[in-house]
Amino acid sequence: MSDAIQKDIIIIGAGPAGMTAAIYGQRAGKSTLMIEAKAYGGKIINTPDIENYPGFEHISGFEYAQKLYNQATALGAELVYATATGIEKLDEHRFIVHTTSGDFEGRAVIVATGAKSRALGLAREADLIGRGISYCATCDGMFFRKKDVAVQGGGDTAFEDAAFLANYCNKVYIIHRRDAFTADEVHVAKLKDRDNVEFILNTAVTGLIGEERLEAVELTDKVTGEKRTLPVSGLFVAIGQAPDNAAFDNVLSLDEKGYVVASEECLTGTDGVYVAGDCRKKKVHQLTTAAADGAVSALAAVSGMK
Amino acid sequence: MAAITITKDNFEQEVLKSDVPVLVDFWASWCGPCRMVSPIVEEIADQAEGFKVGKVNVDEEDEIAMQFGIMSIPTLLVFKDGEVANKSVGVASKEQILALL
Repeated sequence: MSDAIQKDIIIIGAGPAGMTAAIYGQRAGKSTLMIEAKAYGGKIINTPDIENYPGFEHISGFEYAQKLYNQATALGAELVYATATGIEKLDEHRFIVHTTSGDFEGRAVIVATGAKSRALGLAREADLIGRGISYCATCDGMFFRKKDVAVQGGGDTAFEDAAFLANYCNKVYIIHRRDAFTADEVHVAKLKDRDNVEFILNTAVTGLIGEERLEAVELTDKVTGEKRTLPVSGLFVAIGQAPDNAAFDNVLSLDEKGYVVASEECLTGTDGVYVAGDCRKKKVHQLTTAAADGAVSALAAVSGMK
Repeated sequence: MAAITITKDNFEQEVLKSDVPVLVDFWASWCGPCRMVSPIVEEIADQAEGFKVGKVNVDEEDEIAMQFGIMSIPTLLVFKDGEVANKSVGVASKEQILALL
């Protein structure tokens, strides 16, 4: 016997998928423990207004996360703040999850680690976070009131960010590597005619200029290779998400981007280990699909224990 | 002790001239990540020994936010002897915040 705290189901990550799994696990009479590295809620707390979650016309990400947390903990789910560093399989119904705050033993493990905003990978990017580089337009946009800013990305997040920033900023450049955007037509159409929005296509941000704070970005034209400098006070990075599951690759199979390969039933190929939410390889990464995975994975874990 | 509300009127006295280190949380009501960090900061304030905790609402106190070049919230600054000694941007856990002190 290990002296680790024991629960029926150990859930790594307390975002919408992990917290939903906790609700379903508790309601099935199983004890659950969520391990969360930062704050419960995950990425959704950055969203000021959710408009596509069934049953809610409008709800803020913060409020949604809090309701979910209250619902899960009222049912008896527990949460510890720690970073999970590995999953050790003792046998088919016993796993140890190693964390920065000790070990936890479970009869099943649900990996619901989500995904983080992907960084550009440029020199000094980390130094300039909070000094002009941002991954959250709705958090930081107002600090760039009447200034010129750029958004790198071509998807829905980039356009939502740009639409928000266009209300505050003098000028918003949307910089995209390809010759067409992947964002919804509706999003693109909304910004096309805004006087203070300019699209820069076939172009990537390849350098960050500024000592104390960001002053300009270096742009490289992907077609001609030509470089130029664009003066901006802020660069909002919206180039998608990156999962982080490398610590668990002994029990999970990961695709080339690091997403967990699993069936729609959230089975990972390792009996007793399940996956839920944005960290799973799938087409649609939405709040509803995260919640769906939470339910599916927890019920699979429960039936696997019988 | 609860966290002190820092304004431009008490900033010098409470933060710059403090005998003990001060953890200052720059936040706004519309910022989801700030609202996740706030209860952690309050909890740290309640248990604070050898340091104190203040909160700056950036909507009301934009002068202080500008003075320290705040361009992202939540930002946590630790002041020691009137100088910024440590900084953290974004959501952080209680452990990570305590480590700043």
